[in-house]
Amino acid sequence: MTSEELLQIVETAKTETASFDYQVNVCMGTGCLSQHSDKLKGALTKAAAESGKKCHVRQTGCMGLCAAGPLVLVEPAELLYGNVCEADADEVVASLGAKPVARLETHLERYFQGQQHIVLENSGHIDPEKIDEYIARDGYQALLKVLNEMAPLEVIEQISASGLRGRGGGGYPTGLKWGTVAKSFGAQKYVICNADEGDPGAFMDRSVLESDPQRVIEGMAIAAFAVGASKGYVYIRAEYPLAISRLTIALREARRRGFLGSNLCGTNFSFDIEIRLGAGAFVCGEETALIASIEGLRGQPRPRPPYPAMSGLFSAPTLINNVETFANVPPILRKGAPWYAAIGTEKSKGTKVFALTGKTTHTGLIEVPMGMSLRTIVFDIGGGVPDGGKFKAVQTGGPSGGCIPEEYLDLPVSYEALIGVGSMMGSGGMIVMDDTSCMVNVARFFMEFCMTESCGKCVPCRVGTVQMFKLLSKICDGNATLEDLDLLVDLCDVVGKTSLCGLGMTAPNPVLSTLRYFKHEYMEHIEGKHCRAGVCACNSKEHSAVGVMA
Amino acid sequence: MKTIADVKTLVIDGIDVSARGDQTVLEVARENNISIPTLCHLDGLSDVGACRLCVVELKNSTKLLPACVLKVEEGMEVTTNSERLRHYRRTILELLFTERNHVCSVCVANGNCELQALAQSQGLTHVSLPYLNPKLKVDASHESFVLDPNRCILCTRCVRVCAEIEGAHVWDIMGRGVDSMPISTSLGENPTARGAGSACRSARPALFPTKATSGATIPSIPKWSRISTC
Repeated sequence: MTSEELLQIVETAKTETASFDYQVNVCMGTGCLSQHSDKLKGALTKAAAESGKKCHVRQTGCMGLCAAGPLVLVEPAELLYGNVCEADADEVVASLGAKPVARLETHLERYFQGQQHIVLENSGHIDPEKIDEYIARDGYQALLKVLNEMAPLEVIEQISASGLRGRGGGGYPTGLKWGTVAKSFGAQKYVICNADEGDPGAFMDRSVLESDPQRVIEGMAIAAFAVGASKGYVYIRAEYPLAISRLTIALREARRRGFLGSNLCGTNFSFDIEIRLGAGAFVCGEETALIASIEGLRGQPRPRPPYPAMSGLFSAPTLINNVETFANVPPILRKGAPWYAAIGTEKSKGTKVFALTGKTTHTGLIEVPMGMSLRTIVFDIGGGVPDGGKFKAVQTGGPSGGCIPEEYLDLPVSYEALIGVGSMMGSGGMIVMDDTSCMVNVARFFMEFCMTESCGKCVPCRVGTVQMFKLLSKICDGNATLEDLDLLVDLCDVVGKTSLCGLGMTAPNPVLSTLRYFKHEYMEHIEGKHCRAGVCACNSKEHSAVGVMA
Repeated sequence: MKTIADVKTLVIDGIDVSARGDQTVLEVARENNISIPTLCHLDGLSDVGACRLCVVELKNSTKLLPACVLKVEEGMEVTTNSERLRHYRRTILELLFTERNHVCSVCVANGNCELQALAQSQGLTHVSLPYLNPKLKVDASHESFVLDPNRCILCTRCVRVCAEIEGAHVWDIMGRGVDSMPISTSLGENPTARGAGSACRSARPALFPTKATSGATIPSIPKWSRISTC
């Protein structure tokens, strides 16, 4: 593949698009598919054929506003229809070139206004199973440029200069990680994409892989070139069947076009990617456990150092990045590091994709520049708490993160700021809670999650999470004393400081952050046997103990 | 060609010590009669850093690191014993006591148990957390061995001895979290386990800290299996 050939594909794709007057994009992500968007697409295709209009109906990935699915985007008018059902197909097709169907219009300018799409730039606009559509939107230009014009070190310099940091949650500088792997000595090196997304309420990586898998493949190939790896793995959880099938097709297409395999694009660089499926263990998102799992061993973490960059998969130097991190790579190299570094805050550059869920009017996938305030995200983009409810807290970082109360809502979203208030960026789950959520119960929910997901290797996490869960249950049930609270705080300290891996080290965070901002709720449960949200058993017998996110 | 010896000097608990470059802090500490409690470590086996009893403090680091896998570095300053560490160790032991059914007064390992000895040496006088009291099935199907997971602390020493020393790999761990369990197919039906008697015969009692696998409850078994376990 040369740049001329790439241009040829772009031209062909554009000519094909131009031959249609209208593009009708139907979201075929997991969310919309659950609302039968596949049948809707069938109906739209049939209606389009019958109408005789030059109209192209195609499947695309996520359009962001998952709560209003199935979604249909009409181009070039850029009309977004929500809650479209099969019966609406004829009406939608009939409206092409005429007046829009008013009752289906979403009118959510505010939802999209503050967003900036880099990772999601193609989501909802291209068919994820067609590589040429990705190429038509500047896909694989970065890889060609890197392979033909750049040295590995230059690529790493660009990534470092962009200020990109790991999007899996930790925020480790990506350029530094690449540089370490590049400098590590080894005839064989590996690149691994961590797609074992497991935080409750998080679906960013799934959406990226479902909507634009080629972007991740391109990012991995560039990374492999930069660090000198010849083999890549995508470790993806088996609970994401659609993402797996789209990725499988994408890998086949990329090989067909010569972007994977031997001698990429006619150079002497070779790289290929295999898929490995995770069997439903949250801990396998931890890099050393993930590596063990790929090796065919029990998915358990091991002490670091040595870090995977020195000794990872099959003891070879290994680069592990998250899906979203890789997805950021092609645009950085295409548009240059300064462009990327201009977005965001001083230490947190670029954009971040969040899965906005919980008690907000608009639930869905958003991508915002770093530094945007939580208030803007929750109230402008998310539309605030529905049905007149009162905002209480926003939870970020999944079971490793914490709950942020209203007083910190003006905080800019960045790695440092979130850690400063006892939470963390995490992979991008953002759960909004209102006054119907009991914060003790929330802490218990996350502790239960950590307890059931603990691998059992180290003692503090294996037993400590069970004991903390029991103490939290005792508080929720109104049977606890102040001594129990002291025990809980002490256990948080022990488990957080002595556990082997990140799962155990961060397991106390939801407890600590709710204790920090909502201690009065703990005290009410203990001293007054009262749950102000009315969800805990201690409150009164007519309320059953229902988990906030059960 | 001149070879430069890979030796390092470091400070453990205020004592200057020397070490080979590939040694761990635990090895060097024990060489110098500085005791660090361990349960999952056993000389000659790979280290897994699982019991977390050997965590030590490192100067200029907020993280606690397990001495069994912490490689020595030139000039490092290690603290193996502080009030904070003693508290953490006691709590970890307390967690172990609450996890399964470690009732010393009716246990065959009483007086010959590393968990019990550590509890005494670390000053664990009582357990304030509730006992979980699991009811775990005992596997007595093997003619020579009895496996009692109620006493297992999941240190995986038996797994590693069998895999790394004997090469039989009869054992492994199944399940996750607090439900983790040592697994082999039912001992009496597992040809490898049966054959592995020879491996277990060579095993010394020191391999099994709480005697979760033991022959002691079956009177007719040969003497070796009463002390050995696997």
